[in-house]
Amino acid sequence: MITLNVNGTQRQVDATPDTPLLWVLRDNLGLTSVKYTCGIAQCGICTVLLDGEAVRSCAISIDEAAGGEVTTIEGLAEDHPVKIAWIEKQVPQCGYCQPGIMLQTVDFLNRVEKPSDQEIIDAMDDVICRCGSHPRIKEAIVQAAELSAGKRG
Amino acid sequence: MKPSMTRRSFIATSSLVIAGAAVSSNIDIFNVSPAQAQPNPTFKPHAFLEIGTDDTITVWVGQTNLGQGSHTGIPMVIADELDGDWQTVQVKMAPAGEPFKSPIWHMQATGGSTSIRHRWDMLRTVGAAARQMLVEAAAQQWEVSPAQCTVEAGTVFGPAGQSARFGQLVARAATLPVPENPPLKNPKEYKIIGSARDRLDIPDKVMGKTVYGIDFSVPDMCIAVVARPPVYGATLESYDKEAALAVQGVVDVVELEGRVGVCAETTYGAMKGRDALNIQWSAPSHPELSDETLPAIFSDYLEKPGVIAQDEGDVTGSLAQATTTISQGYQLPYLSHAQVEPLNCTAHVEQDRCRIWMPTQGQTATQMTAAQLTGLAPEQVEVMTLPAGGGFGLRGEQDTVFDAVQLSQALKRPVKVVWSREDDFTNDYFRPASHCTIAAGLNGDGTVAAWSHKIAAPSVMTRVLPQFVKNGVDPDAVSGVWDMPYLFANRKVEYVMVELPIPVGFWRSVGYSVNVFAVESFMDELAHAAGADPLAFRLNHLEQGGRMHALLTALADQADWAAPAPAGRAKGVAVTACFESFAAHVAEVSVSERGRITVHKMHCAIDCGTAVYPDAVKAQAEAGVIMAMSTAFHEKVSFAGGGVSSTNYDSYPLLTMSEVPEIEVYIAQNDLKAGGVGEPVFPSVAPAIANAVFAATGVRLRQLPLVMPS
Ligand code: FES
Ligand code: FES
Repeated sequence: MITLNVNGTQRQVDATPDTPLLWVLRDNLGLTSVKYTCGIAQCGICTVLLDGEAVRSCAISIDEAAGGEVTTIEGLAEDHPVKIAWIEKQVPQCGYCQPGIMLQTVDFLNRVEKPSDQEIIDAMDDVICRCGSHPRIKEAIVQAAELSAGKRG
Repeated sequence: MKPSMTRRSFIATSSLVIAGAAVSSNIDIFNVSPAQAQPNPTFKPHAFLEIGTDDTITVWVGQTNLGQGSHTGIPMVIADELDGDWQTVQVKMAPAGEPFKSPIWHMQATGGSTSIRHRWDMLRTVGAAARQMLVEAAAQQWEVSPAQCTVEAGTVFGPAGQSARFGQLVARAATLPVPENPPLKNPKEYKIIGSARDRLDIPDKVMGKTVYGIDFSVPDMCIAVVARPPVYGATLESYDKEAALAVQGVVDVVELEGRVGVCAETTYGAMKGRDALNIQWSAPSHPELSDETLPAIFSDYLEKPGVIAQDEGDVTGSLAQATTTISQGYQLPYLSHAQVEPLNCTAHVEQDRCRIWMPTQGQTATQMTAAQLTGLAPEQVEVMTLPAGGGFGLRGEQDTVFDAVQLSQALKRPVKVVWSREDDFTNDYFRPASHCTIAAGLNGDGTVAAWSHKIAAPSVMTRVLPQFVKNGVDPDAVSGVWDMPYLFANRKVEYVMVELPIPVGFWRSVGYSVNVFAVESFMDELAHAAGADPLAFRLNHLEQGGRMHALLTALADQADWAAPAPAGRAKGVAVTACFESFAAHVAEVSVSERGRITVHKMHCAIDCGTAVYPDAVKAQAEAGVIMAMSTAFHEKVSFAGGGVSSTNYDSYPLLTMSEVPEIEVYIAQNDLKAGGVGEPVFPSVAPAIANAVFAATGVRLRQLPLVMPS
């Protein structure tokens, strides 16, 4: 048994320590918002936050994740600026890639409060969206940054 | 004038969301979303539409939700003719069934940009008929004539100030006959069609609540992965069943006609179990197939005599008399779908029924496949379509239905089959590669005298819809050529069917996505040879006053074609007419000294008739540019040793954020029949870029992906 801290709750899982966090979140804990796409740390779609930092859950074992705080999209408040902006800018097409991209955005905006266009492009250049929602992702990040700034006052 | 593109901000409709699947009134299916229970007595004048006593308007959609927006666009059409209150509209995915078949194709499938255009009259009639019945119900209740009543946003008003919400009228309306030919609105009266709306499925997608096919589960289900031949034509020789069974979580190993299924409690367990099988496969049937040999194989085919797909006027004579003749060849590679959610299917086969939960793009095909495999009647196969993480045509394929149904039969329990990313890339039904040569002549006045086009490409239709292949001509393989929008009196199209073990299938914009690159590149070469402006040259060969002509004229204005590009940049143009719509692109590019092509700006114009849901049209236009640019710069399936060697995104990279240009979308405003959207916006992107590269450098790129010669 390994204990994981997911979205603020301690969860016991019965899986071998080398199991990728991705599969434990999806199959053992039912958090299917965490998506499998490449399995080789190429696409960013399986991204979750580990102690606030974006990590690719397909490339990290539960053993490595066990000490930290895991956050999935379910763990973000429904009125989180990133979620609000993603709806307002009508970002998703199929939507499958979006939870991972949104979590990568959360990490990015925590580090860079007022990003320039170029900083947004650089921060999001290593994720895949086959549907081509990129222009709207950019717009939504700008808006999420503004909303966050408003929240901080 | 630019259409207004403002999006309504986040409003209360966020709670009206798509259920992953749903319960229909007459079929007992597994309800994955119990929260979506029906309100009590309802009024259901048609399979598409149900109105509850609580005023809720439920639109049942039979089309797959791939994120293209039709799960909001279809309700918009019905709600408009109904004069319903948009705030009370919810959309639900219908189980596969007769009413959801395309009236043109006679099958239920999502493809060919048909979701709305094949149902344009049907959807409007459904709304209008229900409206007429509700008005009749109100008129009876108030003892007035229906002509004295009006309807606004879900309320019927009577002549003496009476009013009744739809929900108050449904009980009486349900007793009335459904009118067959209710009058439809004059487009000027549309209130919802053409307006800014939020997509009904987006809030759930943002909250991570959407249950895609791969996320689905039912009680007592196990998860399976299936080992299939790694190269074409290999057969199963041996495997270690015990080793797989020894892996934690593996519950069974089942051999299925040339493949091996490993079933486990978890996906990871099934994958580890499959690794442990240590399968030995026989040698490939075509070991010579590789990136090195394929170009020559295609060139050889192009040398062979083909079948004549089209022969109009006098091509030979006109070419002989032309002032100038030119001839060139173009080559495109095989492409993967690379949709982000790997293929999957959940099946539960029981004695007298079979249930399938799947993000299928081909509901009828899925139903027939499962019926054949189980020996059940098609009506005993219940197909619940789940939202898909992309599809682009691939999800019409039925391989995972075979896997899941056969494994469920063997294990006598529900089985979810999940393909790994490598399975997906290795076993894709690719967009066909294609080689062609085009010869054309110019008259002294710079008009095209004749166009002769020969294509060598594999055939999709021969496998998928053989009844459409006539005299050896696959209509898909020549689409975009024999129906190009130009008015050439003398034209000939010849087709050589390439036969290889590499499977091919439908891929966004199908034949158009391939052939328009060649046609529009060559049009540019002809314009250059004629010393004409490429855009004016095209206009000159389009029907004056026709929609293609009008759209290109509008785009020239939007993109300020006449003005020189900013220093160091050049512009290129291309057009396409397909799926009952018209599209055109202007690309603005620069090419660095080291040969790096940068697209700075793309202007996209589309005439899709009535733009039912303008923001979805805009989203599709943006998406079309990005996916097509991905194919223009990066995508190419690699082959080695008789099989696929690009088996993940590291060897099949897609376009990323830093390459995405500024995109301007122009939507023609008219009230004609709604045409397709998702596909027409794709084909003219790559040739517009290649044409801009020529304008910038004088170098003509005739192959995809585009690479500057060193
Ligand atoms: S699934 Fe983890 S990065 Fe792609
Ligand atoms: S929205 Fe479909 S992959 Fe990004």
